[in-house]
Amino acid sequence: MKWETVIGLEVHTQLATQSKIFSGSSTAFGASPNTQASAVDIALPGVLPVLNKGAVECAIKFALAIGATLNRINVFDRKNYFYPDLPKGYQISQLAKPIVEGGVLTFLVPSTGSGQPEERVINLTRAHMEEDAGKSLHEDFQGVTGIDLNRAGTPLLEIVSEPEMRSSAEAVAYARALHTLVTWIGICDGNMQEGSFRVDANVSVRPVGQAEFGTRREIKNLNSFRFLQQAIDYEVRWQIETLEDGGRIEQATVLFDPDTGETRMMRSKEDAHDYRYFPDPDLLPVKLDEDWIESVRAALPELPAAMQLRFQNDFGVSAYDAGLLTGSRALAEYFEAAARACGQGKLVANWVMGELSATLNKAELDIMQSPVSSRQLGALVARIQDGTLSGKLAKQVFEGLWEGAGEVDAIIEARGLKQMSDSGELEKIIDDVLAANQKSVEEFRSGKEKAFNALIGQVMKASKGKANPAQVNDLLKAKLQ
Amino acid sequence: MSDASLSALAAQLVAKQVSSRELAQQYLDRITALNPSLNAFITVDADKTLTEAAAADALIAAGKAGPLTGVPIAHKDIFCTDGWLTTCGSKMLHNFIAPYDAHVIQRFKAAGMPSLGKTNMDEFAMGSSNETSYFGAVKNPWNTAYVPGGSSGGAAACVAARMAPAATGTDTGGSIRQPAALCGITGLKPTYGLVSRFGMIAFASSLDQAGPMAPSAEDCALLLNVMTGFDPNDSTSLEREKEDYTRDLGKPLTGLRVGLPREFFAEGLNNEVAASVEAAVAELKKLGATTVEISLANSKLAIPVYYVLAPAEASSNLSRFDGVRYGYRAPDYANLDDMYCKTRAQGFGAEVKRRIMIGAYVLSHGYYDAYYLQAQKIRRLIANDFTEAFKTCDVILGPTAPGTAFKLGEKSEDPVEMYLNDLYTIPANLAGLPGMSLPCGFDRQGLPIGLQLVGNYFSEAKMLNVAHQYQRATDWHARAPEGLK
Amino acid sequence: MSLSPDDVKRIARLARIEIDDSQALASQSQLNTIFDLIATMQAVDTQGIAPMAHAQEVYQRLRADSVTETDHHAAFQAIAPAVENGLYLVPKVIE
Ligand SMILES: [Mg+2]
Ligand SMILES: [Zn+2]
Repeated sequence: MKWETVIGLEVHTQLATQSKIFSGSSTAFGASPNTQASAVDIALPGVLPVLNKGAVECAIKFALAIGATLNRINVFDRKNYFYPDLPKGYQISQLAKPIVEGGVLTFLVPSTGSGQPEERVINLTRAHMEEDAGKSLHEDFQGVTGIDLNRAGTPLLEIVSEPEMRSSAEAVAYARALHTLVTWIGICDGNMQEGSFRVDANVSVRPVGQAEFGTRREIKNLNSFRFLQQAIDYEVRWQIETLEDGGRIEQATVLFDPDTGETRMMRSKEDAHDYRYFPDPDLLPVKLDEDWIESVRAALPELPAAMQLRFQNDFGVSAYDAGLLTGSRALAEYFEAAARACGQGKLVANWVMGELSATLNKAELDIMQSPVSSRQLGALVARIQDGTLSGKLAKQVFEGLWEGAGEVDAIIEARGLKQMSDSGELEKIIDDVLAANQKSVEEFRSGKEKAFNALIGQVMKASKGKANPAQVNDLLKAKLQ
Repeated sequence: MSDASLSALAAQLVAKQVSSRELAQQYLDRITALNPSLNAFITVDADKTLTEAAAADALIAAGKAGPLTGVPIAHKDIFCTDGWLTTCGSKMLHNFIAPYDAHVIQRFKAAGMPSLGKTNMDEFAMGSSNETSYFGAVKNPWNTAYVPGGSSGGAAACVAARMAPAATGTDTGGSIRQPAALCGITGLKPTYGLVSRFGMIAFASSLDQAGPMAPSAEDCALLLNVMTGFDPNDSTSLEREKEDYTRDLGKPLTGLRVGLPREFFAEGLNNEVAASVEAAVAELKKLGATTVEISLANSKLAIPVYYVLAPAEASSNLSRFDGVRYGYRAPDYANLDDMYCKTRAQGFGAEVKRRIMIGAYVLSHGYYDAYYLQAQKIRRLIANDFTEAFKTCDVILGPTAPGTAFKLGEKSEDPVEMYLNDLYTIPANLAGLPGMSLPCGFDRQGLPIGLQLVGNYFSEAKMLNVAHQYQRATDWHARAPEGLK
Repeated sequence: MSLSPDDVKRIARLARIEIDDSQALASQSQLNTIFDLIATMQAVDTQGIAPMAHAQEVYQRLRADSVTETDHHAAFQAIAPAVENGLYLVPKVIE
């Protein structure tokens, strides 16, 4: 039987606010246990929540960025369950009237083979504000768990997609695009190691052609794109095997174990959840006024999709390259600044995605930490364009920039990397090379094209790389005629 | 024993006829004498009280006294009080030293009013007789075989017995007004949102409201001036101009339209209570008021609605008591889940557990619409009845409770019988309206009878005016129980 | 409507309150008298009536996003049943 995979994602993004969603505690990561847990966060008797405007603003930004409906009146509910990292015995969340409904996310899915990447448009169901729970630490204690409530009350936007993804690759591409978007608009720092962006995947399978969905299992808390891919792939295989062996899938919550690459059931079945949601009487309905929404809209940066189109039009880069260049707002801004500095978008794109990305990767730096500024890269590309530098020389200049040796022209000057432009000098080198390589000359004349390349190589070598390859080509051809 | 009003005490303090320390000591002595028989206080800490009184004396000496500086007050043990044991009447919090002050406590501290201690109450404010307290029942000062009402029973009893000149209370379904009635004092539940709930241990968040309890309406007005005001820490606190609740006390009642809800004078009302309330109506007419019959047709549904909504909110509010971060933790348990279940089974009393279970049930899957949502809809119908009524009257008058104080143990085995005590008080909580109770007579056994006023939103000054004019014409509120040693 | 002893156990379980069979039985009869009282509500026609969650028709006030709290964990943990190294201790959590 042929099977189809159905995936919907629920992503918890920690909102990039200074303070918690319902208290004035700091949300900074990494503090000593419980030092950022106020009376409200540890749910002392009598304390009450007051909503953080910054968290609401983040949700508004997100809604505007995905073209969603903003519910002008939205309501906080209590989700009741007992867990030691949930101090009140309920989580304040939004069920019936979330702040955001609908919206779409458009992104490219890289093709598996050599084909073109494919565009996908996924509908979002909703996004709602809620508070994060604390952390349970099991490692350091014998038979007990330690509870740190520093994270309790950190604002989250839970973003729920429709079950419209059909492969792990699509799910990963969606998650990446969402990650790009939320960091792009500045509502989330995107730090997956610190748990700022956590993915739950609802996965089911059904025979191809069947209309109704299969029973889904929810894989909780995936904090890397690789784990997301591995977990879905394992889960899909497991579900198909189970069904093909005549088994049934039971709805369940599962955890992915990166060590084994497998998923396993999380909570026992007898504890069927009944969250007893009801509107939180300590909080009033949230009203969004139009002026506020409009001022948030006005302050929104240009979004990745719009920028991709503009890059294609203004700089002539391909749709695929435009997608890569808008992988983050910082990268896009870097590219655009460099491209504007030299007017050579395609060449800059090659440098950004080639030499620069590779060097940053090797040094484990991100674009914002790049020792080579966008202005410098633009200047470098300008020197390639005007013939001062060959590609090879440019790489040496780039190294100089990376080491902080100064500006482009100064490095060229100091290291003598200027491309040879005096044709007399070049002709002399070519004559010497031809004289010393009579064998190659004869081979070329007898029809071996490869010999020509060998001669070019020799000339370049003799010029210490400073000869202009195009000029060498022309002169050499003329001499061999 | 002092029968002086709060304003008289304040005047004596400013005139240096008595110091705050001396005054506090007099009340502490009376507490020492009477508390063993009445059990009105859970915690008394003379050192703390006298330290606060000394600070008040310093303010007075420096000429920085406010209207009530140096006058002591007792606080219901539902208000978190920094450094004080704050139990909410429960074993669950039998060891909870609050690490912060409730907003109400902050306000009384800022006003320079020393705390006489923490008063007994029904556990988590759930009760109408003060018999559900983990710290034992409070006795009615008028007859110690009888209950003082609840849940602010300790507050009502200590004021009635003159162990404190005033006290704070809280009212979710009548918990200020019903014990005030049963103990023969005056108590007021303000419009929801006037007094901050921050630091007041929550029972039912959408209904809970703190208010003053004292012998007279004038005292209550002065206390209300201290208690009310916007608090950014409570999202349901209302941002309004500061009012002086004493401003209208002296106004004549000429032209006042008193609404008499026919449903409040119907079946179930004790004859003696009815007669006293009717006599009070006659008194108000003499003072220039007219009466108009009104109908609060849906008020008969107030009890069922309340016993869905209040337990629902409570079941969730009380989930934080899990033995993890503070309060009681069961001594023996097999695992985490067992720790929760045993801690909560042992830490909560029977009535609290009953209401948590009702609440969990009405919110649970499949029952929410039929119970919770239906109750919220009827809540609106009840509120709408009041809106209609206030088109034809200025204040609504009726009995506070269907009867006078009942014997200890008389109703404690029958929850429904107990719940019916709050028949007349619950509607104001559901609507969020202000309500107050004031003494209007005694039954044949010498037990106090209370009448209730319910006003429109933010009409506290008007209600206090009516009550004060009535109290000028009568002396029910000035009577205190005799025979207390 | 009336609750069975199993209903009582189910809600006690939801509420994390330990209850044995005899307690469940005793609770059952008391809860049922209360639910009989509550049942009078069911006959009311509430079609078209908006549920009332709050006493006032006001909207949520929003707090400025700034850090206003300081560390009080020592005071808070002085009243905790079990703490170590700044952490609240509970019996082992099994996920
Ligand atoms: Mg983070
Ligand atoms: Zn969530």
